[in-house]
Amino acid sequence: MGLLSKKDASLLTDPLTDNNPITIQVLGICSALAITAELKASIVMAVSVLFVLGIGNVVISLMRNIIPSKIRIIVQLVVVAALVIIVDLVLKAFAYELSKTLSVFVGLIITNCIIMGRFEAFALANKPWRSFLDGIGNAAGYGVILIIVGFFRELLGSGTLLGFKVLGDPIEKTGLYALGYENNGFMLLSPMALIVVGLIIWVQRSRNSALIED
Amino acid sequence: MELLELFFKSIFIDNMVFATFLGMCSYLAVSKKVSTAVGLGAAVIFVLAITVPLNWLLDQYILQEGALSWLGEDFASYDLSFLSFIMFIATIATMVQLVEIVVEKFSPSLYNSLGIFLPLIAVNCAILGGSLFMQSREIPTLGQATVYGLGSGIGWFLAILAIAAIREKIRYSNVPAALRGLGITFIITGLMAIGFMSFGGMLTGGDEETKEEKTVQVETSKVNQELVTNTKIEE
Repeated sequence: MGLLSKKDASLLTDPLTDNNPITIQVLGICSALAITAELKASIVMAVSVLFVLGIGNVVISLMRNIIPSKIRIIVQLVVVAALVIIVDLVLKAFAYELSKTLSVFVGLIITNCIIMGRFEAFALANKPWRSFLDGIGNAAGYGVILIIVGFFRELLGSGTLLGFKVLGDPIEKTGLYALGYENNGFMLLSPMALIVVGLIIWVQRSRNSALIED
Repeated sequence: MELLELFFKSIFIDNMVFATFLGMCSYLAVSKKVSTAVGLGAAVIFVLAITVPLNWLLDQYILQEGALSWLGEDFASYDLSFLSFIMFIATIATMVQLVEIVVEKFSPSLYNSLGIFLPLIAVNCAILGGSLFMQSREIPTLGQATVYGLGSGIGWFLAILAIAAIREKIRYSNVPAALRGLGITFIITGLMAIGFMSFGGMLTGGDEETKEEKTVQVETSKVNQELVTNTKIEE
């Protein structure tokens, strides 16, 4: 990559795998799990976080020398809250049904630990361009997990992807259902999101033994 | 009676951790020891019980559509609800700061045990989530809002206490190496959440009306579940 130095590129790619915000840093789980029953909602959530974290990291990084450290949390919260209000209003204007499904979870991006975590750990100590890359990288790492979980839950739970019936029609018995396949309605319930993430962690850590805890 | 129902409902059925996944970050990060879990849990109960009623007042008299009508006719058409995120989070951050100062002044020993957790609470999703659910479920009175805040806090406390106790014990079990730590905690939480789902019928007792009051998220999964059962019946 000509545009990015090697160090900068690792800011983008590390969070996707070995330093993933959800499975390794344990950040941003709160809002990640509840909305993954459908792939569409997961994608929208991932894009929203990408926007908020990318812009937010730049703003905080620009202000890093003038924020007094005592009130930095409140300053950070105000920056995020302003960005999240933008996201919320855009969603309400262009995807009203979806914003109903996501309900309070759009608002909860404010307290998504991934955002505060990256502000504290990175943007407060780095220049805007690097902070932007870090924000995009981490939000993408978060998005990847969200989309994987959303993919499996929607596919196994209701047999659809983005609303398309990829496995055939369960009522008219076409496709896989003709062979006696049944949807696992359990996948749509919230506890399964936790178990799916647990399994992703299991797979990831068996492939890379350096990540195993004690 | 209504208050009692709401109280138990917010502890068990709409449990912050198991039904809505709120406050998961600190739930996973601070549940390695029972003693620290108790400290954080107590702080969450405290802050939730204060901020939910406060934000209810804000919502009712400043933010909602037409809420400003007490200022006069001219203000009756104002709808400031788009500001609710920023107002709620500001209230929460200020309250946390205030609680920290008060606790430090009057009970240094409690401050030392809660100390590091209090600033963490400002960014705990359970706190903001409590206020946002209060708003989206349109809780009608101040008393109910207080009970809802308190109940949600206790529910969160119970959840973190339970997982901390389990994690202390599981250290002596032979868990596959790659699952150790975070992985197994996720799976256990998932199993506990399945257990908590059984509380679902506790208060409704098959009464359709109360069922509909649940969160949108639970509703959608219910609807999907019903679709599944319906298709099964049609077979």
